Amino acid sequence: MPQTKEVIATPDTREIDYAVRARGISKSFGDVEALRNLSLDFPRGQLTSVLGPSGCGKTTLLKIIAGLLAPTSGEVEVNGKPVTGPGPDRAFVFQDFALLPWASTLRNVAFGLELRGVAKSERESIAEKYIRDFGLTGFENSYPHELSGGMRQRVGLARALSVDAQVLLMDEPFSAVDEQTRRKFQEDLLSLVQQENKTFIFVTHSIEEAVYVSDQVAILLPRPSRVSEIIRPTSFRNKGTDSIRRDPEYLDIVDKIWESLRSYVE
Amino acid sequence: MRSRPLFLKLLSAVIVFGAWEIAGRIPVSNAFPTFVESMLALVTLTLDGTMFTAYVETLKPLVVGVAISAALGIGLGIWIGLSSKFDWLFSPIFIVMQSAPLAALIPLLIIAYGIGLTSKVFVVCIMAMPVIVLNTSSAVRNTPTSMIEMGRAFLGTKLDIILRIIIPSASPIIFSGLRLGISAGFIGAILAELKITPTGVGDIISFSRSIADYPSMYAAIFSIILLAVLFLNLLEKIEKVLFKGNIRGYASD
Repeated sequence: MPQTKEVIATPDTREIDYAVRARGISKSFGDVEALRNLSLDFPRGQLTSVLGPSGCGKTTLLKIIAGLLAPTSGEVEVNGKPVTGPGPDRAFVFQDFALLPWASTLRNVAFGLELRGVAKSERESIAEKYIRDFGLTGFENSYPHELSGGMRQRVGLARALSVDAQVLLMDEPFSAVDEQTRRKFQEDLLSLVQQENKTFIFVTHSIEEAVYVSDQVAILLPRPSRVSEIIRPTSFRNKGTDSIRRDPEYLDIVDKIWESLRSYVE
Repeated sequence: MRSRPLFLKLLSAVIVFGAWEIAGRIPVSNAFPTFVESMLALVTLTLDGTMFTAYVETLKPLVVGVAISAALGIGLGIWIGLSSKFDWLFSPIFIVMQSAPLAALIPLLIIAYGIGLTSKVFVVCIMAMPVIVLNTSSAVRNTPTSMIEMGRAFLGTKLDIILRIIIPSASPIIFSGLRLGISAGFIGAILAELKITPTGVGDIISFSRSIADYPSMYAAIFSIILLAVLFLNLLEKIEKVLFKGNIRGYASD
Protein backbone atom coordinates (compact mmCIF):
# COMPACT_ATOMS: atom_id res chain seq x y z
CA MET A 1 0.00 0.00 0.00
CA PRO A 2 1.55 3.30 -1.01
CA GLN A 3 2.01 5.74 1.84
CA THR A 4 1.83 8.84 -0.29
CA LYS A 5 0.08 9.29 -3.57
CA GLU A 6 0.89 12.06 -5.94
CA VAL A 7 -1.69 14.79 -5.92
CA ILE A 8 -3.54 14.33 -9.14
CA ALA A 9 -5.80 16.53 -11.20
CA THR A 10 -4.17 19.73 -10.02
CA PRO A 11 -5.98 22.47 -11.96
CA ASP A 12 -4.02 25.15 -13.72
CA THR A 13 -3.49 27.71 -10.98
CA ARG A 14 -3.35 30.66 -13.32
CA GLU A 15 -6.86 30.23 -14.59
CA ILE A 16 -8.66 29.85 -11.30
CA ASP A 17 -9.15 32.58 -8.75
CA TYR A 18 -8.53 31.20 -5.31
CA ALA A 19 -10.20 32.70 -2.28
CA VAL A 20 -8.25 30.65 0.22
CA ARG A 21 -4.86 29.05 -0.18
CA ALA A 22 -3.18 26.86 2.41
CA ARG A 23 0.53 26.41 1.85
CA GLY A 24 2.74 23.90 3.55
CA ILE A 25 0.65 23.68 6.69
CA SER A 26 2.03 21.57 9.51
CA LYS A 27 0.49 21.31 12.93
CA SER A 28 1.63 19.33 15.92
CA PHE A 29 -0.06 18.98 19.26
CA GLY A 30 2.85 18.05 21.51
CA ASP A 31 4.23 14.86 20.04
CA VAL A 32 1.20 14.22 17.89
CA GLU A 33 1.59 15.39 14.34
CA ALA A 34 -1.87 16.29 13.06
CA LEU A 35 -0.92 17.82 9.71
CA ARG A 36 2.31 17.66 7.74
CA ASN A 37 3.16 20.02 4.92
CA LEU A 38 -0.38 20.23 3.63
CA SER A 39 -1.19 22.49 0.71
CA LEU A 40 -4.65 23.03 -0.67
CA ASP A 41 -6.34 25.77 -2.69
CA PHE A 42 -9.98 26.74 -2.54
CA PRO A 43 -11.50 28.26 -5.70
CA ARG A 44 -13.61 31.37 -5.17
CA GLY A 45 -17.36 30.99 -5.28
CA GLN A 46 -17.19 27.23 -5.09
CA LEU A 47 -17.70 24.59 -2.48
CA THR A 48 -14.67 22.53 -1.59
CA SER A 49 -15.14 19.69 0.78
CA VAL A 50 -12.42 18.22 2.90
CA LEU A 51 -13.06 14.53 3.30
CA GLY A 52 -11.22 11.96 5.28
CA PRO A 53 -11.41 9.29 7.94
CA SER A 54 -11.72 10.39 11.52
CA GLY A 55 -8.52 11.67 13.04
CA CYS A 56 -7.11 12.84 9.73
CA GLY A 57 -6.91 16.45 10.87
CA LYS A 58 -9.66 17.90 8.71
CA THR A 59 -11.18 19.88 11.55
CA THR A 60 -7.69 21.04 12.56
CA LEU A 61 -7.17 22.32 9.02
CA LEU A 62 -10.49 24.16 9.14
CA LYS A 63 -9.66 25.78 12.47
CA ILE A 64 -6.29 26.88 11.13
CA ILE A 65 -8.03 28.49 8.15
CA ALA A 66 -10.47 30.11 10.60
CA GLY A 67 -7.55 31.50 12.58
CA LEU A 68 -8.67 29.66 15.71
CA LEU A 69 -5.49 27.60 15.72
CA ALA A 70 -2.04 28.72 14.66
CA PRO A 71 -0.17 26.32 12.38
CA THR A 72 3.22 25.08 13.58
CA SER A 73 4.54 26.03 10.16
CA GLY A 74 3.09 27.09 6.84
CA GLU A 75 0.66 29.81 5.95
CA VAL A 76 -2.95 30.34 5.03
CA GLU A 77 -3.92 33.19 2.73
CA VAL A 78 -7.44 34.52 2.39
CA ASN A 79 -7.83 36.85 -0.59
CA GLY A 80 -4.06 37.09 -0.75
CA LYS A 81 -3.68 38.21 2.84
CA PRO A 82 -2.04 35.90 5.38
CA VAL A 83 -4.24 34.70 8.23
CA THR A 84 -3.09 35.69 11.70
CA GLY A 85 -6.36 35.14 13.55
CA PRO A 86 -10.11 35.16 13.01
CA GLY A 87 -11.22 37.79 10.53
CA PRO A 88 -14.33 39.43 9.09
CA ASP A 89 -13.77 37.59 5.80
CA ARG A 90 -14.55 34.21 7.36
CA ALA A 91 -17.53 32.79 9.26
CA PHE A 92 -17.74 29.45 10.99
CA VAL A 93 -20.52 26.88 11.26
CA PHE A 94 -20.02 24.47 14.15
CA GLN A 95 -20.69 20.77 14.32
CA ASP A 96 -22.42 21.14 17.70
CA PHE A 97 -24.10 24.41 16.59
CA ALA A 98 -22.43 26.43 19.40
CA LEU A 99 -25.59 28.40 20.11
CA LEU A 100 -25.99 30.40 23.29
CA PRO A 101 -28.56 28.45 25.33
CA TRP A 102 -29.71 31.58 27.17
CA ALA A 103 -30.29 33.57 23.99
CA SER A 104 -33.34 33.59 21.73
CA THR A 105 -33.12 32.61 18.06
CA LEU A 106 -33.09 36.29 17.17
CA ARG A 107 -30.17 37.06 19.45
CA ASN A 108 -28.28 33.93 18.41
CA VAL A 109 -28.61 34.77 14.72
CA ALA A 110 -27.58 38.36 15.41
CA PHE A 111 -24.75 37.38 17.77
CA GLY A 112 -22.01 37.55 15.14
CA LEU A 113 -23.10 41.09 14.34
CA GLU A 114 -23.43 41.88 18.05
CA LEU A 115 -19.76 40.94 18.55
CA ARG A 116 -18.87 43.21 15.64
CA GLY A 117 -20.54 46.11 17.38
CA VAL A 118 -23.44 46.52 14.95
CA ALA A 119 -26.27 48.55 16.51
CA LYS A 120 -29.14 46.54 17.91
CA SER A 121 -31.88 47.66 15.49
CA GLU A 122 -29.65 47.17 12.48
CA ARG A 123 -28.40 43.74 13.45
CA GLU A 124 -31.88 42.59 14.33
CA SER A 125 -33.27 43.62 10.98
CA ILE A 126 -30.45 41.74 9.23
CA ALA A 127 -31.09 38.73 11.46
CA GLU A 128 -34.84 38.88 10.67
CA LYS A 129 -34.04 38.53 6.99
CA TYR A 130 -31.96 35.39 7.55
CA ILE A 131 -34.52 34.02 9.98
CA ARG A 132 -37.03 34.25 7.11
CA ASP A 133 -34.62 32.78 4.57
CA PHE A 134 -33.90 29.81 6.79
CA GLY A 135 -37.53 29.10 7.60
CA LEU A 136 -37.26 30.05 11.26
CA THR A 137 -40.11 32.55 11.21
CA GLY A 138 -42.23 32.17 14.31
CA PHE A 139 -39.29 30.91 16.37
CA GLU A 140 -37.54 34.28 16.85
CA ASN A 141 -38.13 34.21 20.58
CA SER A 142 -37.56 30.50 21.14
CA TYR A 143 -34.53 29.30 22.99
CA PRO A 144 -32.24 26.66 21.45
CA HIS A 145 -33.53 23.89 23.72
CA GLU A 146 -37.00 24.48 22.28
CA LEU A 147 -35.80 23.88 18.72
CA SER A 148 -35.20 20.60 16.87
CA GLY A 149 -31.65 19.64 15.91
CA GLY A 150 -32.22 20.70 12.32
CA MET A 151 -33.58 24.07 13.36
CA ARG A 152 -30.65 24.66 15.68
CA GLN A 153 -28.24 24.19 12.82
CA ARG A 154 -30.32 26.53 10.67
CA VAL A 155 -29.79 29.11 13.41
CA GLY A 156 -26.06 28.36 13.20
CA LEU A 157 -26.12 28.79 9.41
CA ALA A 158 -28.16 31.98 9.62
CA ARG A 159 -25.67 33.41 12.12
CA ALA A 160 -22.76 32.59 9.83
CA LEU A 161 -24.45 34.11 6.76
CA SER A 162 -25.67 37.24 8.54
CA VAL A 163 -22.12 38.52 9.08
CA ASP A 164 -21.70 38.44 5.29
CA ALA A 165 -18.24 36.89 5.20
CA GLN A 166 -16.87 35.82 1.83
CA VAL A 167 -15.69 32.47 3.12
CA LEU A 168 -17.89 30.04 5.01
CA LEU A 169 -16.15 27.39 7.05
CA MET A 170 -18.38 24.48 7.90
CA ASP A 171 -17.23 21.82 10.34
CA GLU A 172 -19.33 18.70 9.76
CA PRO A 173 -22.38 20.94 9.99
CA PHE A 174 -24.92 18.23 9.21
CA SER A 175 -23.48 15.36 11.20
CA ALA A 176 -25.57 16.04 14.28
CA VAL A 177 -28.91 16.18 12.46
CA ASP A 178 -31.10 13.31 11.36
CA GLU A 179 -30.78 11.69 7.93
CA GLN A 180 -33.86 13.27 6.35
CA THR A 181 -33.01 16.74 7.57
CA ARG A 182 -29.46 16.19 6.35
CA ARG A 183 -30.66 15.42 2.81
CA LYS A 184 -32.76 18.55 2.83
CA PHE A 185 -29.79 20.58 4.09
CA GLN A 186 -27.58 19.19 1.34
CA GLU A 187 -30.07 20.25 -1.32
CA ASP A 188 -30.44 23.66 0.28
CA LEU A 189 -26.69 24.02 0.46
CA LEU A 190 -26.41 23.51 -3.30
CA SER A 191 -28.78 26.37 -3.98
CA LEU A 192 -27.06 28.49 -1.35
CA VAL A 193 -23.73 28.02 -3.13
CA GLN A 194 -25.39 29.07 -6.38
CA GLN A 195 -27.16 32.12 -4.96
CA GLU A 196 -24.48 33.51 -2.70
CA ASN A 197 -21.19 34.35 -4.28
CA LYS A 198 -19.28 32.87 -1.40
CA THR A 199 -16.53 30.33 -1.00
CA PHE A 200 -17.54 27.32 1.05
CA ILE A 201 -15.13 25.04 2.84
CA PHE A 202 -16.99 22.02 4.03
CA VAL A 203 -15.52 19.38 6.32
CA THR A 204 -17.30 16.05 6.33
CA HIS A 205 -16.69 12.37 6.90
CA SER A 206 -19.53 11.32 4.61
CA ILE A 207 -18.37 10.35 1.14
CA GLU A 208 -21.84 10.67 -0.40
CA GLU A 209 -22.36 14.07 1.18
CA ALA A 210 -18.99 15.34 -0.04
CA VAL A 211 -19.56 14.21 -3.62
CA TYR A 212 -23.14 15.45 -3.62
CA VAL A 213 -22.46 19.02 -2.50
CA SER A 214 -18.95 19.73 -3.78
CA ASP A 215 -17.40 21.42 -6.76
CA GLN A 216 -14.13 19.98 -5.51
CA VAL A 217 -13.45 17.18 -3.07
CA ALA A 218 -10.09 17.08 -1.29
CA ILE A 219 -9.33 13.72 0.24
CA LEU A 220 -7.15 13.75 3.31
CA LEU A 221 -5.34 10.68 4.50
CA PRO A 222 -4.18 10.37 8.10
CA ARG A 223 -0.99 9.83 10.06
CA PRO A 224 0.24 12.38 9.25
CA SER A 225 -2.41 14.10 7.21
CA ARG A 226 -1.81 15.21 3.70
CA VAL A 227 -3.97 15.76 0.67
CA SER A 228 -4.00 12.51 -1.21
CA GLU A 229 -6.31 13.42 -4.04
CA ILE A 230 -8.46 16.22 -5.40
CA ILE A 231 -11.54 15.25 -7.33
CA ARG A 232 -13.63 17.66 -9.37
CA PRO A 233 -16.95 16.20 -10.43
CA THR A 234 -17.85 17.57 -13.85
CA SER A 235 -20.96 16.18 -15.39
CA PHE A 236 -23.70 16.22 -12.77
CA ARG A 237 -23.14 19.55 -11.07
CA ASN A 238 -25.55 21.41 -13.32
CA LYS A 239 -28.24 18.80 -13.50
CA GLY A 240 -31.13 18.95 -11.06
CA THR A 241 -30.60 18.06 -7.41
CA ASP A 242 -32.95 15.10 -7.87
CA SER A 243 -30.85 13.27 -10.40
CA ILE A 244 -27.42 13.64 -8.82
CA ARG A 245 -27.66 10.53 -6.68
CA ARG A 246 -28.48 8.43 -9.78
CA ASP A 247 -25.77 9.93 -11.97
CA PRO A 248 -23.13 7.36 -13.07
CA GLU A 249 -20.28 9.78 -12.43
CA TYR A 250 -21.56 10.44 -8.91
CA LEU A 251 -21.69 6.73 -8.20
CA ASP A 252 -18.25 6.13 -9.71
CA ILE A 253 -16.65 8.87 -7.64
CA VAL A 254 -18.26 7.62 -4.44
CA ASP A 255 -16.93 4.12 -5.18
CA LYS A 256 -13.51 5.37 -6.07
CA ILE A 257 -13.20 7.45 -2.88
CA TRP A 258 -14.28 4.51 -0.78
CA GLU A 259 -11.61 2.40 -2.48
CA SER A 260 -8.90 4.81 -1.44
CA LEU A 261 -10.22 5.34 2.07
CA ARG A 262 -11.22 1.83 3.10
CA SER A 263 -7.74 0.73 4.11
CA TYR A 264 -7.54 3.61 6.61
CA VAL A 265 -10.74 2.73 8.40
CA GLU A 266 -10.33 0.33 11.27
CA MET B 1 -39.03 25.96 34.78
CA ARG B 2 -42.14 24.51 36.32
CA SER B 3 -43.33 26.26 39.43
CA ARG B 4 -43.71 24.06 42.44
CA PRO B 5 -47.39 23.76 43.30
CA LEU B 6 -48.30 25.80 46.37
CA PHE B 7 -50.24 22.87 47.77
CA LEU B 8 -47.15 20.65 47.95
CA LYS B 9 -45.13 23.45 49.52
CA LEU B 10 -47.76 23.82 52.24
CA LEU B 11 -47.96 20.07 52.74
CA SER B 12 -44.21 19.93 53.15
CA ALA B 13 -44.37 22.67 55.79
CA VAL B 14 -47.24 20.90 57.59
CA ILE B 15 -45.22 17.65 57.75
CA VAL B 16 -42.14 19.35 59.19
CA PHE B 17 -44.00 21.53 61.68
CA GLY B 18 -46.33 18.67 62.61
CA ALA B 19 -43.38 16.43 63.38
CA TRP B 20 -41.87 19.25 65.42
CA GLU B 21 -45.11 19.71 67.35
CA ILE B 22 -45.42 15.96 68.07
CA ALA B 23 -41.77 15.69 69.11
CA GLY B 24 -42.25 18.66 71.42
CA ARG B 25 -45.37 17.17 72.97
CA ILE B 26 -43.89 13.73 73.72
CA PRO B 27 -41.43 15.44 74.64
CA VAL B 28 -38.22 14.05 73.16
CA SER B 29 -36.30 16.22 75.60
CA ASN B 30 -37.18 18.76 78.25
CA ALA B 31 -35.11 21.22 76.28
CA PHE B 32 -37.26 20.79 73.15
CA PRO B 33 -40.37 22.97 73.00
CA THR B 34 -43.34 22.38 70.75
CA PHE B 35 -43.82 24.24 67.49
CA VAL B 36 -46.72 26.25 68.85
CA GLU B 37 -44.80 27.34 71.95
CA SER B 38 -41.88 28.41 69.81
CA MET B 39 -44.12 30.39 67.46
CA LEU B 40 -45.76 32.14 70.40
CA ALA B 41 -42.32 33.04 71.71
CA LEU B 42 -41.40 34.32 68.27
CA VAL B 43 -44.47 36.56 68.21
CA THR B 44 -43.66 37.88 71.71
CA LEU B 45 -40.04 38.56 70.81
CA THR B 46 -41.10 40.28 67.62
CA LEU B 47 -43.76 42.43 69.27
CA ASP B 48 -41.56 43.66 72.10
CA GLY B 49 -38.89 44.66 69.62
CA THR B 50 -36.19 42.27 70.89
CA MET B 51 -36.02 40.47 67.57
CA PHE B 52 -35.75 43.73 65.68
CA THR B 53 -32.80 45.07 67.67
CA ALA B 54 -31.17 41.63 67.56
CA TYR B 55 -31.34 41.54 63.76
CA VAL B 56 -29.88 45.01 63.43
CA GLU B 57 -26.84 43.58 65.23
CA THR B 58 -26.72 40.22 63.40
CA LEU B 59 -27.30 41.61 59.93
CA LYS B 60 -24.21 43.82 60.12
CA PRO B 61 -21.58 41.06 59.85
CA LEU B 62 -23.95 38.96 57.76
CA VAL B 63 -24.63 41.56 55.09
CA VAL B 64 -21.04 42.81 54.98
CA GLY B 65 -19.64 39.29 54.94
CA VAL B 66 -22.04 37.98 52.32
CA ALA B 67 -21.52 41.03 50.10
CA ILE B 68 -17.72 40.67 50.30
CA SER B 69 -17.92 36.91 49.73
CA ALA B 70 -20.23 37.28 46.73
CA ALA B 71 -18.35 40.09 45.01
CA LEU B 72 -14.83 38.94 45.82
CA GLY B 73 -15.74 35.27 45.52
CA ILE B 74 -17.26 35.56 42.04
CA GLY B 75 -14.45 37.84 40.89
CA LEU B 76 -11.72 35.56 42.15
CA GLY B 77 -13.59 32.51 40.89
CA ILE B 78 -13.74 33.92 37.37
CA TRP B 79 -10.07 34.81 37.51
CA ILE B 80 -9.11 31.36 38.79
CA GLY B 81 -11.28 29.73 36.14
CA LEU B 82 -9.68 31.73 33.34
CA SER B 83 -6.07 31.26 34.31
CA SER B 84 -4.46 28.03 35.37
CA LYS B 85 -1.72 29.99 37.17
CA PHE B 86 -4.24 31.60 39.47
CA ASP B 87 -5.89 28.27 39.85
CA TRP B 88 -2.68 26.84 41.29
CA LEU B 89 -2.14 29.93 43.41
CA PHE B 90 -5.60 30.37 44.94
CA SER B 91 -7.57 27.12 44.74
CA PRO B 92 -5.63 25.41 47.55
CA ILE B 93 -6.38 28.33 49.89
CA PHE B 94 -10.09 27.97 49.38
CA ILE B 95 -10.04 24.20 49.58
CA VAL B 96 -8.26 24.51 52.95
CA MET B 97 -10.72 27.21 54.04
CA GLN B 98 -13.64 25.00 53.09
CA SER B 99 -12.49 22.06 55.14
CA ALA B 100 -11.05 23.97 58.11
CA PRO B 101 -12.72 23.36 61.48
CA LEU B 102 -13.83 26.95 61.83
CA ALA B 103 -15.02 26.83 65.41
CA ALA B 104 -11.53 25.80 66.47
CA LEU B 105 -9.95 28.63 64.52
CA ILE B 106 -12.11 31.38 65.94
CA PRO B 107 -9.76 32.01 68.92
CA LEU B 108 -7.02 32.77 66.40
CA LEU B 109 -9.25 35.28 64.63
CA ILE B 110 -10.03 36.92 67.95
CA ILE B 111 -6.32 37.25 68.72
CA ALA B 112 -5.73 38.78 65.32
CA TYR B 113 -8.79 40.98 64.88
CA GLY B 114 -10.34 41.36 68.31
CA ILE B 115 -13.92 40.72 69.25
CA GLY B 116 -15.52 43.35 67.06
CA LEU B 117 -17.24 43.35 63.72
CA THR B 118 -14.08 42.45 61.78
CA SER B 119 -13.76 39.01 63.33
CA LYS B 120 -17.43 38.27 62.72
CA VAL B 121 -17.22 39.37 59.11
CA PHE B 122 -14.23 37.06 58.77
CA VAL B 123 -16.20 34.13 60.10
CA VAL B 124 -19.02 34.81 57.65
CA CYS B 125 -16.53 35.10 54.77
CA ILE B 126 -14.66 31.93 55.69
CA MET B 127 -17.97 30.09 55.69
CA ALA B 128 -19.41 31.65 52.55
CA MET B 129 -16.53 32.34 50.21
CA PRO B 130 -14.91 28.96 49.42
CA VAL B 131 -17.98 27.39 47.85
CA ILE B 132 -18.68 30.55 45.85
CA VAL B 133 -15.11 30.71 44.56
CA LEU B 134 -14.81 27.01 43.82
CA ASN B 135 -18.19 26.77 42.07
CA THR B 136 -17.50 29.87 40.00
CA SER B 137 -14.05 28.76 38.93
CA SER B 138 -15.15 25.29 37.91
CA ALA B 139 -18.13 26.68 36.01
CA VAL B 140 -15.89 29.14 34.17
CA ARG B 141 -13.40 26.42 33.37
CA ASN B 142 -16.14 24.17 32.01
CA THR B 143 -17.53 26.64 29.49
CA PRO B 144 -18.08 24.58 26.33
CA THR B 145 -15.03 25.01 24.10
CA SER B 146 -17.09 25.41 20.97
CA MET B 147 -18.91 28.42 22.45
CA ILE B 148 -15.62 30.14 23.15
CA GLU B 149 -14.36 29.25 19.67
CA MET B 150 -17.59 30.63 18.28
CA GLY B 151 -16.98 33.91 20.11
CA ARG B 152 -13.46 34.09 18.72
CA ALA B 153 -14.48 33.08 15.20
CA PHE B 154 -17.08 35.87 15.14
CA LEU B 155 -14.46 38.38 16.25
CA GLY B 156 -15.38 38.76 19.91
CA THR B 157 -12.75 40.48 22.03
CA LYS B 158 -11.51 38.74 25.18
CA LEU B 159 -13.81 40.93 27.24
CA ASP B 160 -16.78 40.17 24.94
CA ILE B 161 -16.14 36.48 25.36
CA ILE B 162 -15.92 36.74 29.15
CA LEU B 163 -18.99 38.98 29.53
CA ARG B 164 -21.25 37.60 26.81
CA ILE B 165 -20.31 33.93 26.77
CA ILE B 166 -18.35 32.68 29.77
CA ILE B 167 -20.24 34.44 32.57
CA PRO B 168 -23.77 33.75 31.29
CA SER B 169 -22.77 30.17 30.58
CA ALA B 170 -21.36 29.77 34.09
CA SER B 171 -24.24 31.59 35.77
CA PRO B 172 -26.36 28.59 36.80
CA ILE B 173 -23.45 27.09 38.71
CA ILE B 174 -22.32 30.49 40.00
CA PHE B 175 -25.82 30.97 41.38
CA SER B 176 -25.91 27.55 42.96
CA GLY B 177 -22.58 28.41 44.59
CA LEU B 178 -24.07 31.68 45.80
CA ARG B 179 -27.01 29.85 47.32
CA LEU B 180 -24.76 27.40 49.16
CA GLY B 181 -22.35 30.15 50.15
CA ILE B 182 -25.03 32.45 51.48
CA SER B 183 -26.65 29.72 53.55
CA ALA B 184 -23.21 28.94 54.97
CA GLY B 185 -22.82 32.67 55.64
CA PHE B 186 -25.99 32.64 57.74
CA ILE B 187 -24.54 29.76 59.75
CA GLY B 188 -21.30 31.72 60.07
CA ALA B 189 -23.06 34.83 61.36
CA ILE B 190 -24.74 32.90 64.16
CA LEU B 191 -21.59 30.92 64.88
CA ALA B 192 -19.68 34.18 65.24
CA GLU B 193 -22.23 35.50 67.72
CA LEU B 194 -22.13 32.31 69.74
CA LYS B 195 -18.35 31.98 69.74
CA ILE B 196 -16.99 35.53 69.71
CA THR B 197 -19.31 37.88 71.57
CA PRO B 198 -22.96 37.18 72.24
CA THR B 199 -24.81 39.84 70.28
CA GLY B 200 -27.95 39.90 68.20
CA VAL B 201 -29.70 36.65 67.42
CA GLY B 202 -26.81 34.63 68.84
CA ASP B 203 -27.34 36.45 72.11
CA ILE B 204 -31.04 35.53 72.20
CA ILE B 205 -30.07 31.90 71.56
CA SER B 206 -27.39 31.67 74.24
CA PHE B 207 -29.24 33.84 76.78
CA SER B 208 -32.52 31.91 76.42
CA ARG B 209 -30.66 28.66 76.77
CA SER B 210 -28.95 29.84 79.94
CA ILE B 211 -32.30 30.70 81.57
CA ALA B 212 -33.95 27.54 80.14
CA ASP B 213 -36.37 29.60 78.03
CA TYR B 214 -36.28 27.03 75.26
CA PRO B 215 -39.23 28.34 73.22
CA SER B 216 -37.42 31.68 72.79
CA MET B 217 -34.21 29.90 71.85
CA TYR B 218 -35.95 27.88 69.16
CA ALA B 219 -37.88 30.96 68.04
CA ALA B 220 -34.56 32.69 67.37
CA ILE B 221 -33.17 29.68 65.50
CA PHE B 222 -36.39 29.42 63.51
CA SER B 223 -36.26 33.10 62.59
CA ILE B 224 -32.76 32.87 61.15
CA ILE B 225 -33.71 29.81 59.07
CA LEU B 226 -36.81 31.64 57.83
CA LEU B 227 -34.73 34.65 56.85
CA ALA B 228 -32.23 32.43 55.02
CA VAL B 229 -34.99 30.65 53.10
CA LEU B 230 -36.64 33.93 52.12
CA PHE B 231 -33.34 35.31 50.95
CA LEU B 232 -32.52 32.22 48.88
CA ASN B 233 -35.94 32.42 47.25
CA LEU B 234 -35.26 36.04 46.36
CA LEU B 235 -31.93 35.01 44.84
CA GLU B 236 -33.66 32.37 42.73
CA LYS B 237 -36.10 35.00 41.43
CA ILE B 238 -33.22 37.29 40.51
CA GLU B 239 -31.52 34.46 38.65
CA LYS B 240 -34.68 33.66 36.70
CA VAL B 241 -35.08 37.27 35.63
CA LEU B 242 -31.43 37.65 34.65
CA PHE B 243 -30.93 34.41 32.74
CA LYS B 244 -34.28 33.34 31.41
CA GLY B 245 -33.22 30.88 28.72
CA ASN B 246 -30.53 29.33 30.86
CA ILE B 247 -32.89 27.37 33.03
CA ARG B 248 -32.95 24.32 30.81
CA GLY B 249 -29.74 22.85 29.50
CA TYR B 250 -27.58 23.30 26.48
CA ALA B 251 -28.64 23.08 22.88
CA SER B 252 -26.02 20.47 22.21
CA ASP B 253 -27.29 18.09 24.88
